[in-house]
Amino acid sequence: MPSTTAASRSIPDTFRALREKKQIALMPFIAAGFPDLATTLASLPAIEQAGGSLVEVGFPFSDPIADGPVIQEAFTAALEKKLKMAEVFATVAEARKSVSIPLVSMVSYSIVFRYGLDRFLKDAKAAGFSGLILPDLPPPEAESICDKVRSAGLDTVLLIAPTTTPERRKEIARLSSGFIYYLSISGITGERDKLPADLESNVRQLKSMTDVPVCVGFGINKAEHVKQLEGVADGAIVGTAFVRRAREHLDEGPDAIAKATAQYCKELLSLVR
Amino acid sequence: MSSVATAAKSASPLPDANGHFGQFGGVFVPETLVGAIRQLETEYTRAKNDPEFKREFDYYLREFVGRPSRFYFAQRLTETLGGAKIYLKREDLNHTGAHKINNTIGQALLTKRMCKKRVIAETGAGQHGVATATAAALFGLKCDVYMGAEDVRRQNLNVFRMKLMGANVIEVHSGSKTLKDATNEAMRDWMGSVEHTHYIIGSVVGPHPFPMIVRDFQSMIGTETRAQCLEIEGRLPDYVVACVGGGSNAAGIFASFAGDKSVKLVGVEAGGLGTQLGQHAATLCKGEPGVLHGCLTYVLQDDDGQTAIVHSASAGLDYPGVGPEHSYWKDSGRVEYHSITDDEALEGFQLLAQTEGILPALESAHAIAQVKKLAPKLGKDQIIVINLSGRGDKDCQEVARLLNRS
Repeated sequence: MPSTTAASRSIPDTFRALREKKQIALMPFIAAGFPDLATTLASLPAIEQAGGSLVEVGFPFSDPIADGPVIQEAFTAALEKKLKMAEVFATVAEARKSVSIPLVSMVSYSIVFRYGLDRFLKDAKAAGFSGLILPDLPPPEAESICDKVRSAGLDTVLLIAPTTTPERRKEIARLSSGFIYYLSISGITGERDKLPADLESNVRQLKSMTDVPVCVGFGINKAEHVKQLEGVADGAIVGTAFVRRAREHLDEGPDAIAKATAQYCKELLSLVR
Repeated sequence: MSSVATAAKSASPLPDANGHFGQFGGVFVPETLVGAIRQLETEYTRAKNDPEFKREFDYYLREFVGRPSRFYFAQRLTETLGGAKIYLKREDLNHTGAHKINNTIGQALLTKRMCKKRVIAETGAGQHGVATATAAALFGLKCDVYMGAEDVRRQNLNVFRMKLMGANVIEVHSGSKTLKDATNEAMRDWMGSVEHTHYIIGSVVGPHPFPMIVRDFQSMIGTETRAQCLEIEGRLPDYVVACVGGGSNAAGIFASFAGDKSVKLVGVEAGGLGTQLGQHAATLCKGEPGVLHGCLTYVLQDDDGQTAIVHSASAGLDYPGVGPEHSYWKDSGRVEYHSITDDEALEGFQLLAQTEGILPALESAHAIAQVKKLAPKLGKDQIIVINLSGRGDKDCQEVARLLNRS
């Protein structure tokens, strides 16, 4: 897939390469602009250097109903500093110069709708994003929008929940490109001690019905969790735990946060690389 | 009027199968909730066609809520304003003091049918929270009510009423600490509790099928009003006026008249302190289409799609979104929407108190204030119906504070 930066790899190429090496992808989530854009700029290359395979870049939103308190508070803090979408795009474009792994934007459809779908897709593509996760856009609403996202040269990542029926799973898999975001639990984002007992069988079942890579998110925060998913899922998505680490180093500046982020990447990968 | 008007029938051909009212409505929620939403839609469709459900709902509306509510000729208000004849649809006389109870009884019965044991709700003014706590106590359901910390402060009496009926009130400190944040928190709860919990949404907002279900469960207001007006006046009213926050009392009374071209429908929003974003909650008058709390509808947002801070003296109108059917009615021109400021609502509150001996809820006082402008312009042969959606006892402290200020 063509992209604005020659060096950047596409999402399908990334998963193809990982499959050949029989490796699981690690996809950290960062809240853009938290605590500031300089941290976002420093963290993206740090994640790549520490072995992250893709990065999920969260666009702060005033009403994130799928998020637990840690991500909510990070979003609120970023917005209190009057963060604008245009600044997120500019920062990602800047970071792109030194980052070749795919960047995926996680953004509420509320923001995309108001910003204007075509304008959002154009700006996201220009900034160097490879795909879009729209956490509040399930089918059938997603249907016409997925076509537009694809036409813009971006992958569309839809969510599948444990409660999603088999017919809907097929429909969502058909509409997804890049990867499918499988929710480990019915609930909101946040760290959990243990992954659900039936997670592995659920993911295997899902993978048997689609060739689109499946990444698992919600609740993951330990190297053991990543190890548990190796050979089962194509990727592990870790969000809240990264934001919490950023919070712990809040007063130490962008480089210290980026360093802590990189260290945590290595820790999560320690049992699988 | 002796019998309770049919409650659980769809009052309109809309929404379509995907929950759309024209371009508005729909389902914009995390996939986790889609299963629960589909289950609710299926169960509601079954209930609607089940005579036993209708019989049970009508029984509680009649014997517990006290329906049908009165259709009262406000003689001194009419004389004072010197124009059209004004009737009040007395939803304030319902058990718990507002129209909210109609919907919570209906949804609590649906909860029982789905074999769920727990209900959750969001509340702004506390009226919906009280109505949910009441229905939960009536049917033996566990009840958690989310309420913004700011609203807990403004509506302390309602917090106490909910607790007295065994509900647990959870103060919400995230975001702007008001109704929208309480709604977010209730949705988050529901994401993790869908298997055993039903979310009793309090207005005609949220993802499909909520706007349809809540409208239908409030539609007896309109069907009763229609029959009462025909019986007393021998004709339909010229105007029906109702306040609009999320818009459930207005949808409930408008739905029955939407097909009557001769009846003008007027929705009244909260104009708050001024016209700048952040000073009001006049979503339809001053907002633009956007997505909030699971549906596409008019919203108050900034250019980036971040929900705006809203303000109204009335906690029940203090909401940055509005029901998608109202957005449809606005764009189709079927309903006219106006806004009334805090000060005008306060005047409306006192006007009704002094001319009729009725303290209206501050929400309903917005409709009174609109009629104060409208009635004098109309002839004495014209008829206006005001949906008096709630009583004002809950607002007395707030009214005292506002009156002392000026």
